[in-house]
Amino acid sequence: MSIALEIISTEKLLLSRDVDMAVIPGTEGDIGVLPGHAKLITGLRGGLVDIYENGSISARYFVSSGFAEITESRCAVLADAIVPQEELDEATAKAALAEAKAAYDAVDIHDGYAYREAVDKLISAQAMVDSVTPHQV
Amino acid sequence: MPSLKTLRNRINSVKSTQKITSAMKMVAAAKLRRAQAQAEAARPYTVRMGEMMAALAASEKGNPNASPLLVGNGRSQTHLIVAVTADRGLAGAFNANVIRAVRAEVKVLQAQGKAVKIFALGRKGNDALRRDMKDLIAGTKNFVGKKAVSFADAEDVARELIRGFRAGEYDVVKMVYNHFQNVMVQRVTGQPLIPAAIPTANDNVTEHNYEVEPDDGTLLDRLLPRNLAVQVYCALLENSAGFYASQMTAMDSATRNAGEMIKKLTLNYNRARQANITKELIEIISGAEAV
Repeated sequence: MSIALEIISTEKLLLSRDVDMAVIPGTEGDIGVLPGHAKLITGLRGGLVDIYENGSISARYFVSSGFAEITESRCAVLADAIVPQEELDEATAKAALAEAKAAYDAVDIHDGYAYREAVDKLISAQAMVDSVTPHQV
Repeated sequence: MPSLKTLRNRINSVKSTQKITSAMKMVAAAKLRRAQAQAEAARPYTVRMGEMMAALAASEKGNPNASPLLVGNGRSQTHLIVAVTADRGLAGAFNANVIRAVRAEVKVLQAQGKAVKIFALGRKGNDALRRDMKDLIAGTKNFVGKKAVSFADAEDVARELIRGFRAGEYDVVKMVYNHFQNVMVQRVTGQPLIPAAIPTANDNVTEHNYEVEPDDGTLLDRLLPRNLAVQVYCALLENSAGFYASQMTAMDSATRNAGEMIKKLTLNYNRARQANITKELIEIISGAEAV
C-alpha cells in the first residue's frame, strides 16, 4: 500500500509520486500520513516534510508554510517555498531568521492580521534554521 | 507618377519594416511558449487550492461570522476594478479590449450610483485609463523590465488589495483580464475577487466531509488571502501568455501586409521603369526618323 504524495509550490508541481508514508508539519503538530488516512485539511507551519520509503526516510523537503489536503489515497502539500533539506544553507536560514525577527519586533501588535503573519514568518524561519541540521529519526 | 528613386526607397523601407515585424513575431512565439509553460506549471496548485476552497467555503454558508473576504463586508457602495493589461503594446487589440471593458463597467456601475475605483495592473492600462479616468485610479503596478511575473509579485498585489479592503477603501473587488483561451482567442473576463467567487463543490454542498485543523474559520483566514494571490497570479500568467499570443498574431499579419505592399510597389516600380524605357526608345526612333 502506498499513498500518492504531491508537493506543489505556487509556481510548479515539485514532486508527485507514490510513497509509503509522509510526515508533514501541521499547524497543530506533525502528521504522519499513511494510506487510508481520514480526509483532512490542515494548515502547515514551517518544517520538514519527511518521505518514508521501505522503512526509512528517503527524502526530506523543507516547506515554509502553506496547506495540505489529505484524502484516503492522496496527500497534497501546497507550500509557499519548498527546498530539499540537503540544499538548505545555514547562512541563508540565519539571515531569514534575523529578518523575520526584525519584522516581528516592528509589527504593530494590535493589527491582528499583520501580527499573525509576522508570527508565522518567525516560526517558519526558526524551523528553517532548525532544519539545516535536523535530528535523525 | 513618383520617380523611380522614390519608389525604390519606399520598397526598401517597407522591406526593413517587414524584417522587424517578422523578427518580433519569432520572439513573441518563443516567449509565448515560455509563458504557456509557466501557466501550465502553476495549474496543479490552482486546482488543489480550488478544491480546498470549495470544501471549506461551502461549510461557511450562512455563518454570520464568516470572513469578510469570503462573503463581503455587507456593503457594495464602492467598487474596485482591477484592470490587468500588458506592459507593452504592438499586440493588436489585446490591451484595448480590457480597457474598453473596464470603461463600460465603470459606466454601468456609476449609472447605478456606485463609486468606482480602478487598480491598473500593467503599464498600458494605466496609461490609457489615466487619460480619461484619472481621479478613479487608486493604484497601479507594472512589471516593466521583468522577464516573467513571479508569485511574489502577485502576492504583493493581493496584499495591497486586501489592505485597502480592510481599511474600508472599497467594498467589492473585481478583476478584468484577458482569459487565454488559445493562441488565436483571448477573451476579456470579469472575475470577482472580494467577495470571493466560491468554486462550486461537486459533491454534497452543505457540508464537507473533511476534518479541518485548526478549524474552518482560522484556516479560511489563511487560505483566502492566499487564494486571492493565486487568482491574481493566474490572471497575470494568462495575461502574459495572451499578450504574446496576440502580439504574435498581430506581427504575423503585419508581416503579411508588408509582403503585399512590397509586391504592389514592385509592380509600380517595374511599370515606371518600362514606361521610361519605352519613352526613351520612342525619342530615339523619332529622332532617327527626322534625320
